[in-house]
Amino acid sequence: MLKGNSVVSISDIGKDEMFELFKLADSYSRSVEQGQKIDSLHGSIMATFFYEPSTRTRLSFESAMHRLGGSVISVSEAKSSSVAKGETLADTVRMAASYSDIIVIRHPMDGAAKLARKFSSKPIINAGDGSGQHPTQTLLDLYTIRKELSGIDGKEITMLGDLRYGRTVHSLLLALSEFDVRINLVSPPLLRVPQHILDQVSSRIRIRVTENLNDVISESDVLYVTRIQKERFTDETEYNSVIGSYIVNSEIASTMKKNSIIMHPLPRVNEISPEVDADPRAAYFRQAANGIPVRMALLSMILGGK
Amino acid sequence: MDTTLKISKIKDGTVIDHVPGGMAFKVLSILRVDDLHENSVSIGIRVPSGKMGQKDVIKVENRYLERVEVDKISFVAPEATISIVKNYNITEKYRVELPEKVIGFIRCINPNCISNAREPVSSEFKLVSRAPISIRCEYCERSMSEREILQNL
Repeated sequence: MLKGNSVVSISDIGKDEMFELFKLADSYSRSVEQGQKIDSLHGSIMATFFYEPSTRTRLSFESAMHRLGGSVISVSEAKSSSVAKGETLADTVRMAASYSDIIVIRHPMDGAAKLARKFSSKPIINAGDGSGQHPTQTLLDLYTIRKELSGIDGKEITMLGDLRYGRTVHSLLLALSEFDVRINLVSPPLLRVPQHILDQVSSRIRIRVTENLNDVISESDVLYVTRIQKERFTDETEYNSVIGSYIVNSEIASTMKKNSIIMHPLPRVNEISPEVDADPRAAYFRQAANGIPVRMALLSMILGGK
Repeated sequence: MDTTLKISKIKDGTVIDHVPGGMAFKVLSILRVDDLHENSVSIGIRVPSGKMGQKDVIKVENRYLERVEVDKISFVAPEATISIVKNYNITEKYRVELPEKVIGFIRCINPNCISNAREPVSSEFKLVSRAPISIRCEYCERSMSEREILQNL
């Protein structure tokens, strides 16, 4: 039940409710395209706390709330907030709950959103906590797959790149384990999905782990690309040895199915060549745009707007 | 073999039996038995045991365990039995049991976990497996193995 509740993990949203949310997002998407005014959250206030850099997530949350007729109050970065004076997150959240109706938080530490939920009398939405979860990104990822490929069940999904630290990968993997899908995990050994995440999903879905994209690319319906985080490598030679093998260019795209899609949570650095952008299968900008209707639907279902 | 031949009976206190061989020191550390400890403590290390092959036994005079101490011991010695002795008689005997929820006494191994930050919360774990022992942090969802738990008790 989403109404009045927090979303700190993708498991906070049941499958039925997720599809209800997607239908509402479809409807908001049409309304926005047609320029219809929606005022269902008029009078509601959303507080945003982004203690880590964010462009898309923050803008799309704020845009979503404005499009629903609500208002937004925000703290842009930790150094301009009372955290810089030594205030705990628990105290910050307790205070924010009395100033707003819903709190969106991004924090560098794992589990921060769960802690925030503990101390808040208002719903918390996790906009990314450390290398933990990023459930609203997962919602828009699933929404994109459903919209682009007319469904999620039966699909083969390949995740590529930094699968160790990428929180979007962890959330998406947990969510996909509720569907009838095949998963390929392609990464250098150093950047494999952590065992504790695999333990939670491996009994429910078929997973293939490989270092070689060519093993799986031609069978994939979705190629989900992530940025390889150079800063995590201690040895630059090692980084250079893997980076080249994971650049998606036109040549790689040409080996993909005709009806497949390429996704990326963005920002990208060089893992997808710009030449791929014009390919109709390049869905990453459409994916980013889906953030608005999906977050509108989520805010609306939590706050009970129509 | 009767271990009481090696370790004398106690009048009042607690007997911790069926501790895996060599783990007595870990139990003593949980009970904060050090050079300042005032009560008599008898320790049997690697004494023969029919069930376990060999085991450790600890007898602490005039001391009864708190719940959190028993919970901690359950991670070090999941088969341990605790006997409460009053006037040379065992008045209560039970086996330790791994708690379903572990609150406060194990530190999350993930240095980036919010439970390790300066926040007004205790660490919190859920027991996910008894054999092998595994717990999962309720904040960051990181699992901890038996070896990791023992290092962070």
